[in-house]
Amino acid sequence: MTALAHPPPHPGPLGWLLRRSGVLLRVCGLVALAGLGATVVLGLWLTPQDRVMGNLVRLLYVHPPVAWVAYLAFGVTAVASLAYLWPRTRAPFWDRLAAASAEVGVVFCALTLATGSIWGRPTWGVWWTWDARLTTTALLLALFVGYLALRRVTVDPDARARRSAVAGLVASADVPIVHMSVLWWQTLHQAPTVLRPGFGDPTLATPMAWTLLVSFVAFTLAYVWLVGNRYRLAVLEARQEDEGLQLAIAERLAEAGPGGGSRPVTVGVS
Amino acid sequence: MLREAALVAGKDLRIELRSRVGAQQVAPFALVVLVLFAIAFDADHALLQQASAGLFWVAVLLAAVLAVQRSFAVEASDAARDGLRLSGLDPAAVFVGKAAAIGLQLAVLQVVLAAGVVVLYSSALRDAPVVIGSAALATVGLAAAGTLYGVVAASLGVRETLLPLLLLPVVAPVLLSASKAWQAALVPGSGDPATWLRVLAVFAVVYVAAGFLFFGSLLEES
Repeated sequence: MTALAHPPPHPGPLGWLLRRSGVLLRVCGLVALAGLGATVVLGLWLTPQDRVMGNLVRLLYVHPPVAWVAYLAFGVTAVASLAYLWPRTRAPFWDRLAAASAEVGVVFCALTLATGSIWGRPTWGVWWTWDARLTTTALLLALFVGYLALRRVTVDPDARARRSAVAGLVASADVPIVHMSVLWWQTLHQAPTVLRPGFGDPTLATPMAWTLLVSFVAFTLAYVWLVGNRYRLAVLEARQEDEGLQLAIAERLAEAGPGGGSRPVTVGVS
Repeated sequence: MLREAALVAGKDLRIELRSRVGAQQVAPFALVVLVLFAIAFDADHALLQQASAGLFWVAVLLAAVLAVQRSFAVEASDAARDGLRLSGLDPAAVFVGKAAAIGLQLAVLQVVLAAGVVVLYSSALRDAPVVIGSAALATVGLAAAGTLYGVVAASLGVRETLLPLLLLPVVAPVLLSASKAWQAALVPGSGDPATWLRVLAVFAVVYVAAGFLFFGSLLEES
């Protein structure tokens, strides 16, 4: 079984990066962990309370970075889907990247909605409001849950790659339309009521701004670490499937023996 | 290409006319949805009139899922999809043909449903150009997106459950825009429909273009 031929492990684009990916990923994971730890310490103890929101302002170090990662992940899925569909860049790399990023994106998108709800309840008095950004994010989650469902039920890897690339790209093309339409929907009805407190505010206190920066970097690195590991898992899955098939063929051949099937069949004799 | 598209659309519509699934199942289903909405809203006439545009379009969306499913279910038996692939027809023409057939069925359904809204909810359809224009644009968008996702899900064992999950979030802008445009037409003084017509047009253009680009390769794989 040692003589099974392997294709080079990472032929596609960015192959050089992937060959060193083990070490890079480990470093990335460690830095992300340290960054998240620093965010916890900075966010919970070293930053001041907000005059209006009190301790609730500490959600600022979780909610916006998580939302950023969700949008980044879906953006990566869209770009990877496009790269897969483009004939000159078509490679399994893009398909696996799109899948890994979409999975991480769905988790972070759900976290965005959850942390947003937790923040919204005490500040706005409701768990949910039909603000444009909220509506778009909710639909985004639905679109990519559907995308993952499609991936799960398609068995053949080639068909799955092409089908989900189209679905991912077309779903992404929908996002601006969704966003513009819900934006007009809401602005036609009511003045914008949601201003994310403190965010984009130039008078943000310095320790808060630094904590926010640390948490953005930490969450982004955590995203890279998760996607990288998910990608490696996908490669291993594909290889296992491949080797399992070759193994089964080799076993059948060995059973038949050198005479090519002249041996008496021994199955069921005990 | 138009002749080929007409062939495909003619085939689908002929099957539909002979099997009468649309007339005997999809249209009655959509009317049942209208009745269910009335029950859910406690048959409050003022409320139903206010909401009739949105309710109408939700009923259209649900019926559209059924129509798309039907359109690809007829290809599933007797290896009809293989026949379609081997027919030598331009895939873009197949897309246009199937979408046109679905769109025509949806248009007929909308006439029935509009009558249902007028009778059951006592809504008055004012401003015919806006009502018809927005319905036409929404139908093109729904038919194009439906055909695209229909072929994505066509060969899967779970297509009945997967298609609504894939299609309904994608057509959410159509529901929103068509409802708002109709609202403007049905309830005087409730806004300007021009923006919504524009959103519907953009959606239709994007999904017709996506169909032209991708339908062929999806049909091959399915």
